[in-house]
Amino acid sequence: MRKVYHKIIQIAGNVITVEADGVAYNDLAEVTSARGTSLAQVIRLQDRKVSLQVFTGSRGISTGDEVRFLGRPMRVSSSEELLGRIFTGAGKPRDNRPEITDKMIEIGGPSVNPARRIIPRKMIRTGIPMIDVFNTLVESQKLPIFSVAGEPYNELLARIAMQAEVDVIILGGMGLKYDDYLTFRNTLDEHGALSRTVMFIHTASDPVVECLLVPDMCLAVAESYALNNKRVLVLLSDMTNFADAEKEIAITMEQIPSNRGYPGDLYSQLAARYEKAVDFEGAGSITILAVTTMPGDDVTHPVPDNTGYITEGQFYLKNGRIEPFGSLSRLKQQVNGKTREDHRTVMDTMIRFYADYKETLEKQSMGFQMSSWDEKLLKYGKLFEKNMMDLSVNISLEDALDLGWKIFAECFDKTETGIKSDLIEKFWPKKS
Amino acid sequence: MLDSNNGYVVGVNGNMLTVEFTSSVTQNEVAYAKIGDLKLKAEVIRVRGNRADLQVFESTAGLKVGDEVEFTKSLLSVTLGPGLLKQVYDGLQNPLNKLSEKSGFFLQRGVYLDALDFDSEWLFTPMAAPGDHVSAGDPLGYVPEGIVEKHYIMVPFAFRGNWEVTYVAPAGTYKMKECMARLRNERGEEREVTMVQEWPVKVPVTCYKEKLMATKPLITQQRIIDTFFPVAQGGTFCTPGPFGAGKTVLQHSISRYADVDIVIIAACGERAGEVVEILREYPELVDPKTGRTLMDRSIIICNTSSMPVAAREASVYTAVTLAEYYRQMGLNVLLLADSTSRWAQALREMSGRLEEIPGEEAFPAYLESLIASFYERAGLVLLNDGKTKGSITIGGSVSPAGGNFEEPVTQATLKVVGAFLGLSRERSSARRFPAIHPLESWSHYKSVVNADEIKYAREILRRGQEVNQMMKVVGEEGTTLDDFVIYLKSEFLDFVYLQQNTFDEVDAASSAERQKYCFNKVVNVLKTRFKFENKEQARRFFQELRLTFTDLNYLPFKTEEFIKQEEKINAKIQEKAVHA
Repeated sequence: MRKVYHKIIQIAGNVITVEADGVAYNDLAEVTSARGTSLAQVIRLQDRKVSLQVFTGSRGISTGDEVRFLGRPMRVSSSEELLGRIFTGAGKPRDNRPEITDKMIEIGGPSVNPARRIIPRKMIRTGIPMIDVFNTLVESQKLPIFSVAGEPYNELLARIAMQAEVDVIILGGMGLKYDDYLTFRNTLDEHGALSRTVMFIHTASDPVVECLLVPDMCLAVAESYALNNKRVLVLLSDMTNFADAEKEIAITMEQIPSNRGYPGDLYSQLAARYEKAVDFEGAGSITILAVTTMPGDDVTHPVPDNTGYITEGQFYLKNGRIEPFGSLSRLKQQVNGKTREDHRTVMDTMIRFYADYKETLEKQSMGFQMSSWDEKLLKYGKLFEKNMMDLSVNISLEDALDLGWKIFAECFDKTETGIKSDLIEKFWPKKS
Repeated sequence: MLDSNNGYVVGVNGNMLTVEFTSSVTQNEVAYAKIGDLKLKAEVIRVRGNRADLQVFESTAGLKVGDEVEFTKSLLSVTLGPGLLKQVYDGLQNPLNKLSEKSGFFLQRGVYLDALDFDSEWLFTPMAAPGDHVSAGDPLGYVPEGIVEKHYIMVPFAFRGNWEVTYVAPAGTYKMKECMARLRNERGEEREVTMVQEWPVKVPVTCYKEKLMATKPLITQQRIIDTFFPVAQGGTFCTPGPFGAGKTVLQHSISRYADVDIVIIAACGERAGEVVEILREYPELVDPKTGRTLMDRSIIICNTSSMPVAAREASVYTAVTLAEYYRQMGLNVLLLADSTSRWAQALREMSGRLEEIPGEEAFPAYLESLIASFYERAGLVLLNDGKTKGSITIGGSVSPAGGNFEEPVTQATLKVVGAFLGLSRERSSARRFPAIHPLESWSHYKSVVNADEIKYAREILRRGQEVNQMMKVVGEEGTTLDDFVIYLKSEFLDFVYLQQNTFDEVDAASSAERQKYCFNKVVNVLKTRFKFENKEQARRFFQELRLTFTDLNYLPFKTEEFIKQEEKINAKIQEKAVHA
């Protein structure tokens, strides 16, 4: 029988310290107080002093409360039963259904041997032209969605969750507004996607420590599914809240902050999560899409900055659209040559014209006279924004490419596009 | 009762252990913390009283106060010997391919394998004879190792003083740990030499006569580097830049085309995906110089961002020690570290755990001296025989937070390197690659082309930028035609010479000869006076001229098409040139 300790010698922030023997680093304990029982994790050992991070927070814990060590680290079930279920950051059911305790695995496992990784090669279709055509999502990619507060990033994630061609979706919510959580749940339910989804949700009113656990819980489950030949898409929102929770704990533990209060290991902490994205040779894969809100639309803020150095590109959400210039999928070259022969050409040409359109807009706003070419560009820009960039557009890649040709034909003549003649021959819409 | 070499854990904080010991410990000594049968490698980094702080190279989960720690008495070392080439190691020199055979997809902690295959056999040819007097680093014989025809079996670097050879194995095939020679020193101490030796990674190998001035350019076949911001064999350079500016692509290009014997790539704390490209592509790509694959001349040290942080710190030292080993054979070695910022961050994490007083941005105060001593391990050296030279060139990429070069790691690096190739977001978002900023970068080394012409070209770039900025205020119509032509010339230089397409087979690599030839042509255009009636005409002319030059860049040097294209260019220039 595990020994129970009754003497808490320090309570600071969400961290309590007890004197105990034979406790292992990272192990869990149960803290029983007047408010009920909470899990806690060992985050520092110093002689007999054991510091624990209490998942539900330290409020209401008294120095005489009971601490019982469980002798094991944090675990999560990897059972198939998880599908369709919703849990808290600590792995407790949020949907009033029974707890699942079979096939328990440890979270935060070791990283994949780089020698066993393979070059990504499979596209993930999402039905969103700004992704499929212009910045293709690739299996095993890790991509953040850089966004300002107020942008419809959660709607975007929910749409991707419904439409993406993958086997399993794992959604991790960190600091979600309760409304957003309900929106996620209801949208997925309405579209019948809930049955292939597992959700780990930490809402803004939940204890901050649970927020820290969400990515690890999601990725541990994702890893075990991927090893069982599943193509898993992990959606995380919002990683800035995760980083802020890291900051909070670090400050409580009196660590020296490095940049704007964030701990010095922010990069390593983020990388340890993002680098779980992988394509297992001979098994499934994990792809990660994570919302990162940028405080003040500042991409040099420590969280988006460190993220950018880790991820393979970014989607930049601005004014309700995925901005074609700031966004980048570093892996798109691996797949967009193999979809349809006109994919790259349509992509390049559309972006080139859109950049020209932006210039023309500037000229127009400065009161310059518009040439007939400018008029064509203006027409093009409007069509492009309406039919391609709008987030509500939902068409397959092939339809999107055809649509691109249609927009070209509506605005320009064949030679003006500067596209190679064999492609024009094949794809230019025939007048009916 | 504790063994004298043992201690026990009294504190765990992240990857830092505090250990109480009874006898003596050495700074930077390796120790193993035991969890049951599992042994976790660690290094002593601070000693206070009878307690030592250790950084653990693995996850510390599960360690308890009271767990046993075993001190080894030896410093963190690498294994040196034939068979290092083509290997893929982690930061502690564990062969990753063998690890995956053993533990599958994941890197299980506590699994350490031999860096070299000690059962492999090598064809030995003796060079020394009994009675010879030798000292550390002197060759006793050699074995062929792939592209290295003579991989010298040397007097181990740790053998101090003078030694007399008493036995050398006859020519033949031997296993790595067989006795290849026996040496005796003045005190009569006799020791055996095998093909394998160990060397502590944080101590530079100094078994050479003297360090020389690095003067010979190291041709990277990247025009903007070799012509404008050259790197010398035995020199150092750094490539700082924000994310997405193409640091890694640039490093990969350099590693492919650089004119050196051996390339060591230290992927330190960066994306695993990028290493995978190297791992999967290099065995396929042919090195035009040797006709073998690029992998044949490479060693890859890879400690990517999600691998243990302390091993990340070790990985750059492991890489540079391997480089020093091959330099000792008279070879030219290029070490590319991507990225040194991650290494510095690893130092910062540890320093924080040690609760040291922080410097700027919480980096430790000794950051500068550590960066300096790392880059100082580069250099061109004259070996003990007085005639053979070997070199290490170090190129480190830096990932400054927010792309701001004012931060401590970039600044500390700039103090010690010989060339600064600063990548700019402005150029990368304009898709001008390589995005090395032509006005902010600098180099202390000698270029492959004439210095006066470079000065002239840079002057054009500088003035072109001034005109460009002025135009943003007063508009094109407020600019004189002469100024406008200077602007067009600077853009011309940028497009046809500074920019280079890494993904084109021909343009990706430009030989020194070709650079001299083409730069001359470009400078001629810059120096030529042209006569235009108006700006529109000037713009059109330069657009067309630019196109003829970029076409030239895609043609193999001195082929028939190349010469034909040149004629087109000459004709084009003559259209508007004014002859004095």
